[in-house]
Amino acid sequence: MSETITIWIDGKEIKAEKGANLLKVARDNGFDIPGLCFHEKVTPTGDCRLCMVKIEGRPAMTPSCLVKIEDGMKVTAFDKQLEDTRAMLVDVLLSEHNDDCITCEKDGDCQLQDLAFRYGMDTPKRMFDTVWQEIHQSPDSSSPVLLYDSSKCIKCERCVKACYEIQGKGVLSMASRGIHSHVVAGTASWEGSECDGCGECVQACPVGALMEKPVYGGKVKAKDIQRKAVTTCPYCGVGCQLELWIKDGKIAKVKGAEGVPNLGSSCVKGRFGLDFVNHPDRLKKPLIRKDGKLVEVEWKEAIDFTAKRFAEIKKANGPDALAGLASARCTNEENFLFQKFMRSVIGTNNVDHCARLCHASTVAGLANTLGSGAMTNSAAELEYADVIIVIGSNTTETHPVIATFIKKAVLFHGAKLIVIDPRKIDLVKYATLWLRQRNGTDIAVANGLMNAMLANGWENKAFIEANTENFEALKEMIKKYDPKMVEGITAIPAADLIEAARLYATAAKASIVYSMGITQHAHGTDNVKSMSNLALISGQIGRESTGVNPLRGQGNVQGACDMGALPNVYSGYQKVDDPAAKAKFAEAWKQPNLSDKVGLTVTEVLRDAHAGKVKGLYIMGENPMMSDPDLNHVKDCLEHVDFLVVQDIFLTQTANLADVVFPAASFVEKAGTYTNTERRVMAMVKILEVPGEARDDAMIIQDLANALGQNWKYDSAADILREVNALTPSYGGITTERIAAGEKLQWPCPNAQHGGTKFLHKEGKFTRGKGLFCALEHVPTKEMPDKEYPFVLSTGRNLFRYHTDTMSGRTVALPQYAPDAYVEMCEADCVILGVGHGDKVRVTSRRGTIDIGIRLTDKVIKGSCFIPFHYKEAAANLLTNGAIDPVAKIPEFKACAVRIEKIKS
Amino acid sequence: MSIYRTHILVPVDEGTVQAGVFEVKRRLEQKITEQGLGNEVKVVESGTVGIVGKGVILVVYPERMYYTNVRPGDVSLIVEEHLLKGRIPPTLKYASLDIQGGLKSLHNTGLTREQKRVVLDKSWKMSPEDIREVLATGGYKAVEKIFTEKMTPEAVIDLIKQSGLRGRGGAGFPTGLKWEATRKAAGDQKYIICNADEGEPGTFKDRLILEGDPHKLIEAMVIGGYAIGATKGYIYVRGEYGLSIQRMQQAIDQAREYSLLGPSVLETGFAFDLQIKIGAGAYICGDETALIESLEGKRGNPRIKPPYPVTNGLWQMPTAVNNVETLANIPEIVNRGAAWFRTMGTDKCSGTKVFTILGHVEQPGLIEVEMGTPLREIIFAYGGGVAGGKKFKAALLGGASGVFLPEKLLDVHMDFESLKENKAVLGSGAVLVMNEATSIPDMLFSILKFYAHETCGQCAPCRIGTHQLLQLAWKLREGQGRVEDIDTMLNLAETMQRTSLCPLGQSVVAPVKSAIDNFRDEFERAAGHSEIS
Repeated sequence: MSETITIWIDGKEIKAEKGANLLKVARDNGFDIPGLCFHEKVTPTGDCRLCMVKIEGRPAMTPSCLVKIEDGMKVTAFDKQLEDTRAMLVDVLLSEHNDDCITCEKDGDCQLQDLAFRYGMDTPKRMFDTVWQEIHQSPDSSSPVLLYDSSKCIKCERCVKACYEIQGKGVLSMASRGIHSHVVAGTASWEGSECDGCGECVQACPVGALMEKPVYGGKVKAKDIQRKAVTTCPYCGVGCQLELWIKDGKIAKVKGAEGVPNLGSSCVKGRFGLDFVNHPDRLKKPLIRKDGKLVEVEWKEAIDFTAKRFAEIKKANGPDALAGLASARCTNEENFLFQKFMRSVIGTNNVDHCARLCHASTVAGLANTLGSGAMTNSAAELEYADVIIVIGSNTTETHPVIATFIKKAVLFHGAKLIVIDPRKIDLVKYATLWLRQRNGTDIAVANGLMNAMLANGWENKAFIEANTENFEALKEMIKKYDPKMVEGITAIPAADLIEAARLYATAAKASIVYSMGITQHAHGTDNVKSMSNLALISGQIGRESTGVNPLRGQGNVQGACDMGALPNVYSGYQKVDDPAAKAKFAEAWKQPNLSDKVGLTVTEVLRDAHAGKVKGLYIMGENPMMSDPDLNHVKDCLEHVDFLVVQDIFLTQTANLADVVFPAASFVEKAGTYTNTERRVMAMVKILEVPGEARDDAMIIQDLANALGQNWKYDSAADILREVNALTPSYGGITTERIAAGEKLQWPCPNAQHGGTKFLHKEGKFTRGKGLFCALEHVPTKEMPDKEYPFVLSTGRNLFRYHTDTMSGRTVALPQYAPDAYVEMCEADCVILGVGHGDKVRVTSRRGTIDIGIRLTDKVIKGSCFIPFHYKEAAANLLTNGAIDPVAKIPEFKACAVRIEKIKS
Repeated sequence: MSIYRTHILVPVDEGTVQAGVFEVKRRLEQKITEQGLGNEVKVVESGTVGIVGKGVILVVYPERMYYTNVRPGDVSLIVEEHLLKGRIPPTLKYASLDIQGGLKSLHNTGLTREQKRVVLDKSWKMSPEDIREVLATGGYKAVEKIFTEKMTPEAVIDLIKQSGLRGRGGAGFPTGLKWEATRKAAGDQKYIICNADEGEPGTFKDRLILEGDPHKLIEAMVIGGYAIGATKGYIYVRGEYGLSIQRMQQAIDQAREYSLLGPSVLETGFAFDLQIKIGAGAYICGDETALIESLEGKRGNPRIKPPYPVTNGLWQMPTAVNNVETLANIPEIVNRGAAWFRTMGTDKCSGTKVFTILGHVEQPGLIEVEMGTPLREIIFAYGGGVAGGKKFKAALLGGASGVFLPEKLLDVHMDFESLKENKAVLGSGAVLVMNEATSIPDMLFSILKFYAHETCGQCAPCRIGTHQLLQLAWKLREGQGRVEDIDTMLNLAETMQRTSLCPLGQSVVAPVKSAIDNFRDEFERAAGHSEIS
């Protein structure tokens, strides 16, 4: 309970919360007490001793950063002795510091420089000779993104604490002793350490000791920055708010912005991986294929030609011969407009996007059992959960900032982490329990957990009774899934399974986090439903820090789904085959002939293209030629399409096959909104100008629509969002005005007065009514290993590359971390094959073959291997299986059978 | 058990090992057997007698005859003359202790003069490597007493409080209060830690206890563990103390065998066990919070206080950290009572204190005397006075963080209060004597060098301040200093005292200020020198 108390600082009466940090209270009330090591986000260190104050009744001086205020405290913040003491400490600090401010990049933004100025430390007035030249220096420039200059380091430990307490990593520490102490990464150097380049340390450094490497072009001082603007990171679904520092029309530096969802943090991609926007490969003019070659044309020609071809195909083959793929990396407004274009201008529901490949099973599964296919809770709530199950999510690499919340829960709040994953992912280091199931046996794991809960009375009877249905069927079905039997299927020791069940079910607040390890299976929808079963049976849902939390992959995949870039729903999941919904949109769009036939999914579009049924395809910001399973087949399908239009910022593998290519604006060159994985709608801000003649996606779509006879007059993203507000109940109150005012609302937010929804299904009141239990049997993976293909291949992402690598591959820093494609294999298998780390092997599935280098690791278990799918030179999706989930049509990326052979050199 | 007419103690400590004690001992045993004295004379390996720098030492009982600087070649003579014929071989002139006036006078001369020994009472009378000898000489009696008399933990704490025992690590905090606070602090698991990271220059009292009577320490920690409610104790031993570590570990193993440690101490159901942690040579780890950090496997940086270890110690659990010498008092207090303990020392400072005497004295070594013994007596009566007949100039009390005491303060009584009145500290009990030829600026330089080397680097004033002080002292020494530098040094040292995070940086003012205040003329001469040149 917070209690307001009174203290006095230099005679001024101040009311503040009991136990608050004295230095912070003083500064908040206008007392500019100096201090270099204090950082509000980490525990006070008390290293610099500059914030010394006098407190009545206490001996001598005390550093105020270490004092928690008590009622009646009388503090002297400024008197001669204190100021003399501080001046001497600044003098002392300067003697250890290489104050080469003239060439220092931190000049003008350096807290020590400010103090030297404030205390009048002109060189002749200094009492002490400089000593930094005599100190053994330990600079380190081995990181691809950071520079450490020990001669400028004031050893305040802010970086060390930021690495551990904000990022939960603990890579940095202080090495050596006394005057020679310095920051060290790992045990020796940044290069050989576990540092993944998030840059939290740089952001925490008060001086110029830790700086960004000039990945954006060159050294730049803060005072030369012409503009700073906050926008949303274009990479993953966390939706970090980034502060872009702009100089000469280019990004010069990136800082994590404070506030939700990232609380000032970022990962290496957000901070150091945005230079792709300036890459010379950016498309600057429309292209049309002429005589087999893509040649630059004027916009009018490109638009007219495309409109003409679409019209011809529609006329000849009907609207369903056309299909469109929207994009999880475009804004809500662009996606809304894209599906409107397909539905109202073309007249088909054949619109889908890459959510099909990641979380289609989540949308299908959770909508079915809970009524809403999204994260039930907010990311930051994870930090305060008592138990967290992470299943099928390599959170550290795929949602780095969310991983920090999980790590902090474990490290600083006593949470127990249960990792359920066949791979020894980074989070295993933080886990109380690691259940290493066999690939694809998640339903059995969930059934076993529930069996153990029922056997021990750990289920939440009251919750089940009051808020769920179909429990009896589930209970009957899971009887046979006792932990011993489940051990047979999953290889998880029965005792561990029981302990996990106990921890999760009996915790005060327990949360499930899952991702594509659950969804990307041919039984992905059932996997998702199993997660919802777990939450329902234990009542771990509908409260803060509980729930079922699918982490969405792409930056705006949640938004693209919300906007109706799906074949079965309009925006806000209003079904196309619901007459009322159809009538509503027909009226709003003044288009009476909307189709009520559910359209084709990504996977079906390709199938039907191959069969000659889909003749024209419009792809906005997607790259199926890298992202979809069985790439040889994908290529074959796309080549069967009569007319392929691709709209992108680079000439992707897919764009290379196109008949028309439209050059689009990147995230930083257009306005709009993104919806992150926790349903939070945030602004994309136009900060830079487009290169060449590239254009905003929405404007391209509008021109096409108008060329096809419409009279669209959207002037801005705000115009489109107004239409979204009007037609989409869950977005009703998420208006441009509120976003501009700084609100970061989470849907559902039905009206202008609504404050958004932090977590769904409050008090067991599910969106669908009652929570639905689903009795689900374990089903084996479609393609099991056999004699000919003895390995299980799993695919996924790594931290440093992003999806099909069109953006991340065109940055200075990111490819340095993971330069080449690799297959992860364990030592035992390497020994059997007679290969070692770095050796090239040939990986072959029933669908394709790639040659790839080995990364010897203990992450994968014997008989299995893992390949990230980012690398075009060894595309993992040449191997993957196109088998799909019957409900969600999501492909089985997470398991297929392969053969691995040594390449004889 | 046979009765021997003569016992020969062979003190084994780091010094005597280097001087070849084992060879002497082997020869001695061989010679005794050859002479058929095996049933009459017993050779006992013991802990230190407190004499340092005098080579291999033998002590013959019951005569209490000391031989120093014994070489293997001397053994025949000692056995044949002394043991067989009862004559002191006069040719052993390197048995340099004053033996004029016959055997009796030995007890009142120099380091062998009568001492009030509590913590070192047995360390030289039995083999520290054999628990049976320890038990036979009264070891573990105090533990037995607590359990047979069914003393409650509160009663033990009360007894220690009554005794007035104060921490011997330097700060003088009442031990009973520390234990009480640890007992009362909330926590499922509590710890007792013995701080044996003796790093103060010129101090080796703890080493000699560890080497000479490791079982006493174990006994004390069992009692402490029982009193505060700890089931686990750690002994954090300075890594350089090879013999201490070896003997301590051996003692722990033996104590476990005898059920004096383990899941049920003396079958009382009280579980207590000990583990040694070897330090890695950082002076700062002598600070209890830095020691705890190190024990946890982290960099040995001091923690911010409060909270104190009694509530948030090892693994954030309530922890009592006691110095070796402090603990070594516990068994005798339990055995003989608080009143007995208070008969020694002063009102506010009961008991004895172990001092290490070194520097320019005739007989450097270690003594245990009552608290409050005058410094003059320690230096002149026990240490034999200034070596070579030179004049006394100053004594540095308490190691590097100590105080330079000029001649006019020689009569100060060596207890916490009296020293404090004279702006000095007892510190670790090191008494470093300097003769008239010693340069105080040079001495201060060497102390500052130690500080600059040992500062952990965590807080700015100490990290940089120690280095700057060293720079200034160096300039003075090299004749490049200015008179203003002397005040700059004082000013900086005082700022460090006010602002440093832990006692290391706070205490540098003690040597700096006492050196400059008492011997300012020497500093000014050093600075003036530069102005002339």
